Amino acid sequence: MKKKVFSLLLASLVGVSALWSCASDTAEEEDTEEESSAQTLTVSDPDYYTRFKGQNISINVYNWGEYISTGADEGTLDVNGEFEKLTGIKVNYTNYATNEELYAKLKGGAASYDVIIPSDYMISKMIKEGMVQKLDMDNIPNFSYIMDNFRNQAYDPANEYSVPYTWGTVGIIYDTTMVDIPKEEIDWDLLWNEDYADQILMFDNPRDAFAIAEIMQGYSLNTENFDELEDAANKLKKQKRIVQGYVMDEVFDKMEAGDALIAPYYAGDALTILEGNDSLDFVVPKSGTNLFVDAMCIPAAARQKEAAEMYINFMCEPDIAFANIDYICYSTPHQAAYDMLDDDVKNSPVSYPDSQFIADKTTVFVNLSDEANLKMQNLWTDMKSAEDENSNRWIVPVFLIFCVLLMIFVLVRRYIRRKKDIF
Amino acid sequence: MKLKYFSAPYLVWMIIFILVPLLMIGFFALTDDNGFTLKYISDVGQYANIFVRSIWLSLIATAICLVVAYPVSFILSRMEKHKQGTMLMIVMLPMWMNFLLRTYAWMTLLGNNGIINHLLGLAGLGSYKLINTSGAVVLGMVYNYLPFMILPLYSVMVKIDRSLFEAASDLGCSSGQTLFRVIIPLSVPGITSGVTMVFVPAISTFIISRMLGGGSNLLIGDLIEMQFLGNAYNPHLGAAISLVLMVIILVIMTVMNQFDPDDQVLM
Repeated sequence: MKKKVFSLLLASLVGVSALWSCASDTAEEEDTEEESSAQTLTVSDPDYYTRFKGQNISINVYNWGEYISTGADEGTLDVNGEFEKLTGIKVNYTNYATNEELYAKLKGGAASYDVIIPSDYMISKMIKEGMVQKLDMDNIPNFSYIMDNFRNQAYDPANEYSVPYTWGTVGIIYDTTMVDIPKEEIDWDLLWNEDYADQILMFDNPRDAFAIAEIMQGYSLNTENFDELEDAANKLKKQKRIVQGYVMDEVFDKMEAGDALIAPYYAGDALTILEGNDSLDFVVPKSGTNLFVDAMCIPAAARQKEAAEMYINFMCEPDIAFANIDYICYSTPHQAAYDMLDDDVKNSPVSYPDSQFIADKTTVFVNLSDEANLKMQNLWTDMKSAEDENSNRWIVPVFLIFCVLLMIFVLVRRYIRRKKDIF
Repeated sequence: MKLKYFSAPYLVWMIIFILVPLLMIGFFALTDDNGFTLKYISDVGQYANIFVRSIWLSLIATAICLVVAYPVSFILSRMEKHKQGTMLMIVMLPMWMNFLLRTYAWMTLLGNNGIINHLLGLAGLGSYKLINTSGAVVLGMVYNYLPFMILPLYSVMVKIDRSLFEAASDLGCSSGQTLFRVIIPLSVPGITSGVTMVFVPAISTFIISRMLGGGSNLLIGDLIEMQFLGNAYNPHLGAAISLVLMVIILVIMTVMNQFDPDDQVLM
């Protein structure tokens, strides 16, 4: 859900601003903290981590771009480096940009990964298709830090396959100087507001886009009812005329540059965008939203299961979880890491909306049935490829006439040429 | 002929990386989990309007490239030798930059608050919707593929002997007649290869339409990408679309080759 590896340019830009946004307020305390923790990183059970030392084991970790503290910026912790130092297990760390890319990679079977961090609906899809394996929670004692309300989520009801890593909500980024609606009154219908025609961006993936339409129509975000899906698609079709573009990562640039006034996006990334432009604000619409959870899983084909579980456990060490969350700005399901955060982050309605709202108004995606997925995909393609009414009418005839003329021309030329040959 | 053994490495390369993947695309397009099926090929029909739009936009882009590149290549080919090298380098210069970055730059130029609209605003001309239109997609195609039109045209034209023009005017050709009866017929091979080299990548592009078309100008390339990396994840349908696209390109190229005179009739 957070596709930050879009281009080198964007990545570095985002990287710098993400660091800036997170590090600026806590920089001083952290510096001192970091120095001590770099030498004496406190882990709950050091013996546990040294089991594989000297065995030359390596694990392949596949994560979202910009989704771990790398230590590349001063004052941050190199999480993978610390893990290698502590355990002697080498970490091969690679990135992906979308859940679907991860799925395609695993499905293709060409690569073997030991730890992956997919989002909710993808986890339930992978569980259903047997692509991830059950975790041995005895090897992950730090699971106890995970907050109760992030355990046993709908995508993994018995919490056997996944350990939550981050979460967040979807809301609207908007330009306060141009949108003259009070913050409390902003709701999803802002994205359908004709006054801001051509200034609205929309998600370029069907699941997130449909979710918004479904909230507005009062349907479940996980509906598989074809009528409801069609209704949502019609809603999106109506919006198309006033949408400037369907984008994902481009949101960063377009909103920061003021090219668009309104865009729905994920809370963690929204905070990064807000840092880039003072006139922007972010609001989680009160009528409800999607709550996404990214969680660590072990693919069925993993070769180093125990080492992978060790890595997951390490990621749940309070200091490590805090370093990560502090770097990537998303919300944490980790109680100890949450406790370490600054008060203004803890109380931020963007990162940590109040628990009543989360319980009542947010829904976590689960995987849809193949039929519903296909239906949604077809409706989405239909919606996107539908032309403006007037241009669609002439494009086909003109093209056909062009083809016919071309054929006639070719035939006539051949005829002439043959005639000339005779003489 | 021992020489042909030297082509063996490429032959192996071709079989492994061209022939086998092609066969796999065919296989995927014509099968599902239960064996042979034409379902996916017939499913492609519902995307007819996307196909038409892709062909249409890339034809426009190809035509614009041809019109722009033709005089440029001619002038280039008539320059002094040492200047030609410099000019050619300038033509190639944008290609040194990453393709993605060049297209990305157009996003900033064309944006609603972009440089072009900003300048127009300063001149009091108001702002126009430039980005996220099919025009922007065509512009992106023309910009990115123009060198592919100039180079083949230039390499053909530079071989046309100057004395042919003199002969033409000696025999009473006006400059218009020289153009239509000497230059154009002689440069037809350049035109056909230039058109192919622009049209084929243009019709299958997906990143240009995504970045400059704002996601609402779907092209075939986007559709295929959605089947492999998107939510849909349907490699069979993706392969079927690719197969249909290949057939279309084949047909269009066959038509194009009709223009290629292997005989000397036109001269």
